[in-house]
Amino acid sequence: MNVLETLKTLALESGFASFFMAGGWKNFIMIIIAFVLLYLGIVKKFEPLLLCGIAFGCLLSNLSYFVVHMGGDNALYHPELWEAFLDSSSPYYHSYGHIMSNAGLLDFFYIGVKAGIYPSLIFMGVGAMTDFGPLLSNPKSLLLGAAAQLGVFVAFFGAVLLGFTGPQAASIGIIGGADGPTAIYLTTKLAPELLGPIAIAAYSYMALIPLIQPPIMKLFTTPEMRVVKMEQTREVSKTEKIVFPIVVSTFVILLLPSTAPLIGCLMFGNLARETGVTDRLSDTMQNALMNIVTIFLATSVGATMVGDNFLKLDTIKIIILGLIAFSISTIGGLLGGVAMYYGSGKKINPLIGSAGVSAVPMAARVSQDVGRKYNKTNFLLMHAMGPNVAGVIGSAIAAGFLLSVFG
Amino acid sequence: MKADLVNLGVGQAGAIAILGYLVVFLGLVLLMLVVLAMASYFISKAKKPAPAAGPAEEPVAKAAPAAEKPKAPAAPGTAGELKLYDTDPKDAAMIMAIVADATGKPLNELRFKSIKEVKE
Repeated sequence: MNVLETLKTLALESGFASFFMAGGWKNFIMIIIAFVLLYLGIVKKFEPLLLCGIAFGCLLSNLSYFVVHMGGDNALYHPELWEAFLDSSSPYYHSYGHIMSNAGLLDFFYIGVKAGIYPSLIFMGVGAMTDFGPLLSNPKSLLLGAAAQLGVFVAFFGAVLLGFTGPQAASIGIIGGADGPTAIYLTTKLAPELLGPIAIAAYSYMALIPLIQPPIMKLFTTPEMRVVKMEQTREVSKTEKIVFPIVVSTFVILLLPSTAPLIGCLMFGNLARETGVTDRLSDTMQNALMNIVTIFLATSVGATMVGDNFLKLDTIKIIILGLIAFSISTIGGLLGGVAMYYGSGKKINPLIGSAGVSAVPMAARVSQDVGRKYNKTNFLLMHAMGPNVAGVIGSAIAAGFLLSVFG
Repeated sequence: MKADLVNLGVGQAGAIAILGYLVVFLGLVLLMLVVLAMASYFISKAKKPAPAAGPAEEPVAKAAPAAEKPKAPAAPGTAGELKLYDTDPKDAAMIMAIVADATGKPLNELRFKSIKEVKE
């Protein structure tokens, strides 16, 4: 055995050598990006449960993908398999068999994203964790949840102006709904090639809500509005809480059938929470199931961030459009809040409007914090939870509309 | 994927955006009306006085005095009962102390009606 020759072969087949091959530098940059995302998740605590998984998925796929260039195949995620899966002229169009016979570990995980399973299961967990009481005690907060979807459609329009196709623009716009699972669900259906940047933008901006929203809240409300103390709302009975998910599922799904997976799972989770006879199911949905699905969802979404797919001008456009979508949704919610402030005879604090962007419960907490900054005895949290959970339903309806138009 | 909607013109995109926003509004306004109707039904049901017990039921009611046991009168000066939802009494006490400290008001000047855990 020629020792030198063996060492040379080992060196050439290593991942380090791949960085100097065609396109290898892109994987190197993605590895650096993965480190930055891990830093943001671990040290800055930006949505750590998701961002850490996304970053590690990105790291794993880029660490292993080089082997494809070198004739071997130890890649954990294969973008070329998924391209063939989506290409209607390919013999492997919509062939899960082809994926499964050639898949790496993260390809298997990604099947759950592609089939829309993980976002729906996450919605089930969200439903099991959400108390719709504040919304039921003040149903008008549904209007704020609707007003705060403004950014979705403004960003959609902006994306078309920037040259994105209709389905891509719809997927970018939904970032304004501030709802990660909805954004992932819609993007997987309409523009899977943009999944990585859209998921990163959606979750990063959700984590940055405490920084993004307060200046906008200050700009669109007066000091007089911000100090308004709202009256305690009525107490909602147990029966009402049990009937609510059944009524919403029936009504919304009949109205917009494409919302069925998201609204159906959200409301089933909520029913399990409220019935009082399915505590074990509710507990599993809130904890074990949610955690397991979060692991699969985050790592497989991160895996799609392979250098060739991610390092494009489009990614920068998506990041900018996402910020615009988020900000305009906040403005929409605040304007709705201002309208309700005047409509109610100055009894509603418009700061609760910004919570209509979904992102439960972070956006409601921001309303509470900003409200308390101007009036120490003001407690807006439960009032803001109404528009906050209305935003979840609103963003699912927006996604359902876009899916029925472009799907 | 609808092929004619892949490459959109500005006018078409604007029309879809406006229509989409209106659909979201319409959907949630209709849902609000449904929830309001539901709420008014439950409120009116709660306000209705309980039907008077029939003579045949009276002995049964008397036979179960535990069910009719009146609540103990509130202590003098109390602000009423505090309802806890998914919250430990110890956590509730800590939250009340934090609120009193943050607002700069003594606890006997504050009234807590309920404390509810908001899960993330």
